[in-house]
This record gives sequence, C-alpha cells and structure tokens, in this order.
Amino acid sequence: MPHKTFFWFFFPSGLAMVLFIGLPIISSFFQSLHIEPEQILMEVEKCDPFGCKTETKVDIEATTKLQEEQPLGRFNGLGTYGDRNHLAFDQIKEAWNNSSSMSNFIDILLNLPFYKALLFTLTFCFAVTPPVVILGFIVALSINTLTKSLKGPTIFGVILPMIVTPLIGSLVLFWMIDAKGILGATIQYLFDDPNLSLKSSSQLTWITLIIYGIWHNTPFAFVVFYAALQTVPQDPIEAAIIDGASRYDRVRHIVIPHLYPVATFIILICLMDNFRVLEPIIGFAAEGVAQSLSWMIYNDLRSENKMLFGSAGATSMLTIIGVAFLLTPVLIRTWKEFRTER
Amino acid sequence: MESKINRYSKQLILINSLFIILWLVVSVFPFIWTFWGSFKVKADFFSRADWMFAVTGVNTLIETGDTSTVKAYVESWTEGEFWKATMNTIIITVSVVTISLFLGTLGAYALSRSTYKYTFWILIAALIFRAMPHITLVSGYLFPFFQLNVWGILPTTIIVLVAINQPFTLWLLYSFFKTVPKELDESALIDGCSYFQAFRYVIMPVMWPGVVTAGLFSMMLAYNDFTVTSLLLNQQNYTMVPKINAYLGTIEHSGNYMWAVSSVVSATAPLFMIIMFFQRQLISGLTAGAVKG
Repeated sequence: MPHKTFFWFFFPSGLAMVLFIGLPIISSFFQSLHIEPEQILMEVEKCDPFGCKTETKVDIEATTKLQEEQPLGRFNGLGTYGDRNHLAFDQIKEAWNNSSSMSNFIDILLNLPFYKALLFTLTFCFAVTPPVVILGFIVALSINTLTKSLKGPTIFGVILPMIVTPLIGSLVLFWMIDAKGILGATIQYLFDDPNLSLKSSSQLTWITLIIYGIWHNTPFAFVVFYAALQTVPQDPIEAAIIDGASRYDRVRHIVIPHLYPVATFIILICLMDNFRVLEPIIGFAAEGVAQSLSWMIYNDLRSENKMLFGSAGATSMLTIIGVAFLLTPVLIRTWKEFRTER
Repeated sequence: MESKINRYSKQLILINSLFIILWLVVSVFPFIWTFWGSFKVKADFFSRADWMFAVTGVNTLIETGDTSTVKAYVESWTEGEFWKATMNTIIITVSVVTISLFLGTLGAYALSRSTYKYTFWILIAALIFRAMPHITLVSGYLFPFFQLNVWGILPTTIIVLVAINQPFTLWLLYSFFKTVPKELDESALIDGCSYFQAFRYVIMPVMWPGVVTAGLFSMMLAYNDFTVTSLLLNQQNYTMVPKINAYLGTIEHSGNYMWAVSSVVSATAPLFMIIMFFQRQLISGLTAGAVKG
C-alpha cells in the first residue's frame, strides 16, 4: 500500500489517538510542573466597640485576578514530585535519621500517602493475579469436560462477573458482605462476633477487595485458557494414553506446557489491569484504609471548586512509570511475535 | 477416538460437577440476590435483624402492603431522573460504537495491508496507549477542557471514549483483517479499483464478523465506563454508572440506597441480554490476542 493511501486510511484513527491519548500525557506532565497559586493575603483593620484588631484575610479579588492570569498556577519545576504527598524526600530523610529501628522507619514510610497507595496497589496486583490464573485454569479444565449442550449456558454464567463494570460488580458484592447483608450476617453468626464486619479492620477490607479482584478477573483467565485448551494437540495425548499415562500426568506433562505462553499473557494483562484499580475502592467505600495510585489522582480531581491539577499530574506521571515497568515484558513478547511472523 | 481409558471415572464426574455448580453459584448468585432484593424496601435488603427478611420481605409487607414492590424502580426512574442517565448512556454508547468502528476499520485495514515497517511501530504505540490508565488521561484532559469550555457535555466524552477505545479496536480488527486473504482485494486492485473501492466493495461485505466483535467491545467500554464519564460530565449529563455512584451519596448527605440497588439491576439487565446473544463474539475477541494456532 503506498504511503499516501495508508496515510489517509489511518489518519482519522491516528489523529484521535494522538490528540486524546498522546497529548493528555504531555499535558499531564506539563501540569505536574506547576502548582496552584497561593492565596493572596491582606491585612484588614477591623474595628468594633471593643477596639480595633488587624486580621489577615484572603484577598479574593487579587486571588481571582492571579488565577485568571495564570490559570495553571505558578511554575514549580519538579517540586510537586518531591512533596509530602508524592515521593516525600524530606520526610524520608528525616525518618531515616530519626527512626530508632528499621521497622520504625518502614512504618513511617508506609504512612506517607504515596507509599501507602503504592503498597496497596502492588499488594492488590500481586495477590489477585496468582489465584486468578490457577482458578481460571481449573474452571476451564472442568468446563471443557461438559457435554456440548451444557457448555453454552455454563460459560455465560461464569463470565458474568467480568462483563459488569467494576463499580457495579463491587457494589453487588458489597451489599452482600455488608454487616447487614446476607454474607456479612452469616460470617458474624459463624464467628459469633456481632461486631465483626468488613469495616472493622484494614486487613479485612484489603482481603475483601482482593477477593473481589479474584472474582472479577477469573472469568477473563478462564475464557483465554478455555480457548487455548481447544488447540491442545490430540496426538501426544493419545500417545500418552496408550503409554498408560494417568489423567493427572497428561494434564501435567502435555496440557500445561502447551498453555505456558497463554498463562504468561494472562499474568501480564492481569497485572496491568489491576495496577489501575480504582472503582472497587469506591464501590466498597474503602477510601479510608485502602488507597491506590489511581484513587489518589481521582481524589485530587474530584473536588469541584479546587482541583489539584499539579498533584494529579505528578501522581499520573509516577503511575505511568509504574505501568511502563509492567508493560516492558508485554512489548518484548509482541516484538518477538512480529519477528517470527515476518 | 474416545478410548476406554479416556472416559471419566464416576468420582471425577462428581467432583467436577460439584465444582462447576459451586463456581456458578459464586459467579451468578450475587446478581440473583441483587435482583431479588431490588424489589424489597431498604429495611429488608439491609436488614439489621435477620437477612432472611430480604427473602421473605417482612418490612416490605408492612410498608407497602405486599411482599415485593417496584417503588424503588418507579422513584429512581422518575424522581431520580434515571431515564435521563439512560438516554445519555444510549446516546454515548451508540455514537462511540459507530464512530470507533468507522475509524477502526479504516485504520486497521490499512495497517494489515501495508508492508512497511512503520505499521509495526504504530501497533506498538497503540499497545502502549492501551496500557495507559484512563485516570491519568483524564487528569490531562480536565485543564485544557476547562480552558476550551468543552467540559461537561456529551460530545467531548464521546470523542474521548472513541480515542481511548481506538488502540484495542485497531489491534482486534488488525488481527481479523490478517485472516482475510490478501488475494481478495489484490485482484480487485488489478481489475482497476482504487484502494478505497477495494475496501468498499470487496472487504466491507466480508468484514462483518470482525466488526461485530470489535463493536461489542466498544459497546462494553462505553456502557461500562466510570472514570471518564464521572469526571468529564457534569451532573445533569451523567450516564448510568456515575449516576448510580451519585445515588450512594457522600459523607455530607446520605443517598438513596434502594435507588442505587434498583438502578444496578436496570443497568445490568440489558447488558446481560446483549452478551447472551453475542457470547461467541465476546470470547473470540478476548482470545484474539492470546491464542494463535
């Protein structure tokens, strides 16, 4: 296809991506270099029957004027990246010098907002992915043995948790796990503790979120494994049967090796998708004890009168760096695939 | 082919069936429970006394005179203006699907037929774009959109969702067009068609299976989106998912929980029906990137 024809065919799609995916990343970076203008204070002398006092007040007029002149705020360089809500260099240095022991230092470190969010995001990613892969594989193996007429409806039922948006999915589970819901009440009854609830400790909230993550992501792993199972070559399996291999041996030595590349694909996609976890935190109303990187950005942008563009931009950039780490293996894999195709 | 040894033993069938039934319950029961509970009053669905109230509807009987009620549905659709959110969702979903398929088919066709090296880099770039968390993109949109005064309206959100959707659509349709034999449109080119005519008269009639799959995913993205719609639309233009979140209320004022429960059912039911019809396309799309031969 000549360059010119290619250009016109691809132009609309490419333009949309450059304008609304490429540029926003640059815009985010640019925002992160700026900080909201400080409020201009003025001293007002206030007199009442008991005497005169000078008060410091926000000069609304001047502040508004400044905001109009510099809508993005003043230039701050990389300052936002190092402040308390992001990488917090000063606080870490101080903690390093003052903390009595290593565990004390780690305690202080993990109470800083950014590191707290990073810890949750990574814990969520790495706690959800392995069970998802294992459960997805087992479900795929079992459904593969069903008769054909049963397969369709069963698959439909199994993929439902994946279809609904994470917010709705987490709400549906939350209403059951809530202390007044069916599961929550049953758990209280089983452990004989009327105060036991999702909200009672941060560990329990984290576990609930992780269980939700597994529930939501397993169908994806199942679907991919199920499709891959259809491509397992039959000849080696027959040969293994003739040689007297048991069912377990056949799965262990023929099916699983065949599925290795698929499993790595699932792991990578799962890690990448869960790194952006946001909606479950909102659905489970778990903002108090579980914040993710995405939630930090959401929180900065949510307030209607004062959006913290600089802070949100800086967290976005740091999140993108995190995504880049997770993305590298995917890129290498795609690269190799292209090589073999050509 | 089925030799004797490959038959499943009785124990295996039993364990297997039990496992599948258990897993089905885990996947499906929450939705059935929510559906059932949406016809009760709050005192039943969130019962402090006994969760069995949600099944029997004791308080519903006391409050409304019947064991089930559609009060929450009626109120959320009228008073809660869920009809408006539904309209917005329909407008956004239909526009996003149409536009992204139009852009996506053209782009992906070109990518699949060009033999130059830059197609590879474009696809890699699309992969990187796909991995970007949507919230980081939104944080980049807000400021320019405020300045340009296009924040809060539906068209902006539609264009943004189309763009966010492009990388995945491109990849999906690219791998689909690769399976369409090159000879088909090459012979049309030899007969004197332009590239566009070849696309219009030769490729378009055979591309529908791929387009349906890509359309399904575009639909799910637009219909299910929360991050973009909740931050880029103003309250009056909210679609269903941010609307449900708004019903939950904030710390300052309590929301109406049963509105949220009934709206969850209203929003989920059409989606499930569509997936029931297009299950095969959904599965083929999910596996397009993962399984090759």
